[in-house]
Amino acid sequence: MAATKIKTTKKKAAKRAAAKPRTLVLVSTRKGAWIYQSDASRRSWETKGPHFLGHIINHMVLDPRDGRMLLAAAKTGHLGPTVFRSTDLGKTWKEAAKPPAFAKAPAGMRDRSVDHTFWLTPAHANEPNVWYAGTSPQGLFRSEDGGVSWAPFSNFHDDPNFRDWFGGEQDGTPDGPKLHSILIDPRDPSHLYFAMSGGGVHETRDRGKSWTPLVKGLEVVEGFDPKNIAFHDPHCVRMSSDPDRLWQQNHCGIYRLDRPSTEWVRVGKAMPKKTGDIGLPITVHPRDPDTAWVFPMDGGGVWPRTSPDGISGAFVTRNGGKTWKRQAAGMPEGPVWWTVKRQAMAADKGDPVGIYFGTTSGEVWSSRDEGEKWSALARHLPEIYAVETAEIG
Amino acid sequence: MKVLIPTPLRSYTGQRQVEAEGVTVGALLADLDRQYPGIRFRMVDEHDRMRRHMRLFVNGEQVFDLSRPLVSSDDIAIVQALSGG
Repeated sequence: MAATKIKTTKKKAAKRAAAKPRTLVLVSTRKGAWIYQSDASRRSWETKGPHFLGHIINHMVLDPRDGRMLLAAAKTGHLGPTVFRSTDLGKTWKEAAKPPAFAKAPAGMRDRSVDHTFWLTPAHANEPNVWYAGTSPQGLFRSEDGGVSWAPFSNFHDDPNFRDWFGGEQDGTPDGPKLHSILIDPRDPSHLYFAMSGGGVHETRDRGKSWTPLVKGLEVVEGFDPKNIAFHDPHCVRMSSDPDRLWQQNHCGIYRLDRPSTEWVRVGKAMPKKTGDIGLPITVHPRDPDTAWVFPMDGGGVWPRTSPDGISGAFVTRNGGKTWKRQAAGMPEGPVWWTVKRQAMAADKGDPVGIYFGTTSGEVWSSRDEGEKWSALARHLPEIYAVETAEIG
Repeated sequence: MKVLIPTPLRSYTGQRQVEAEGVTVGALLADLDRQYPGIRFRMVDEHDRMRRHMRLFVNGEQVFDLSRPLVSSDDIAIVQALSGG
């Protein structure tokens, strides 16, 4: 009798575990992409990859609306950019028939060419198969057929103001200025945000017919005029579980914006002075708008962009940025000189939330308990450009 | 005419040398793209400019102008410049 009960309990436990969603961690690198799939407890991980070995993969994202379609933004050091699509979770891939490409510019304006697609965002839940892509140089593109064909979205690519804000060859990040952080209001598909490095944060409430810069309160590098949108360098912007709250890791600090206000507040001033609030990535809790994680970097002197003083650690706030706490248990205690790029930190939807980050030295670190303890999920990968998570049933 | 394909583009063609037609370099690239969808945009940008590391030779002569005329006896080599890491 007792043995039968134990057997039934085990069966029920196994059934419960099987019903729990699995987490995918999608890792994009300078030399290809890898997919890590967890068991129900997120303790053991199965590795799938490399995909596209030798390709620069800037971003790989799973469509949460169908849980099957993956898009990957690819190029190589020599070949032009493209987008690959998979409708079977990466078992097979097909190339987009018409990747993002700029239209011919009006007379008197310089033609721009897409160097690479940098950012991919599935559109609103009520717009199946619609995706947005941000490119380098700065461009915003939309696909309405699941990434098969892409067209310029909105009319700002050749707007004279935006042309000024895009900056020139000497501006932007070392591998090209980028449009990133495409955010969609879950309450209204016409309400979007994007950010540009450089070129500020922008908002539309009419599906791209008009855009308004959102830079009030943001600081710029000393000597530049903050009134000039071109000098604003948002590194990463995230929408919290409350769509009226945005979080931003900027070149000049960590900020929070609570709509309808249009003024960012530098909440990073509460970070420890010796660490500072400079960094590239930021990620948010899927259910708590007060909670966000950052991975600070050294922004002093010549900007090493490595862990400040060689001390690793994520930092979390659980009260909207009033206070921050270092989270490094399980990370190396000795000096580490990690750099975590703007797309390379992500949270899953688990409870407790799993947090993941990837370093330019090819390590993926994960925490199953919201950053309290960390362990290495992968090592010896190429330079990591992006880390995303997804859930599959 | 015969077209030599560099290794990074052989995922499209599956072979080192392929046959393609065209009275200009642009038409030849269009024919290649018809046979091997996507290959052209990896070599030429949206404004018909040859990408930075791509080179196209006609009978050993380097060509950047897509309107350059071709004849059926021309020997075409698409080559990728060696650089990077």
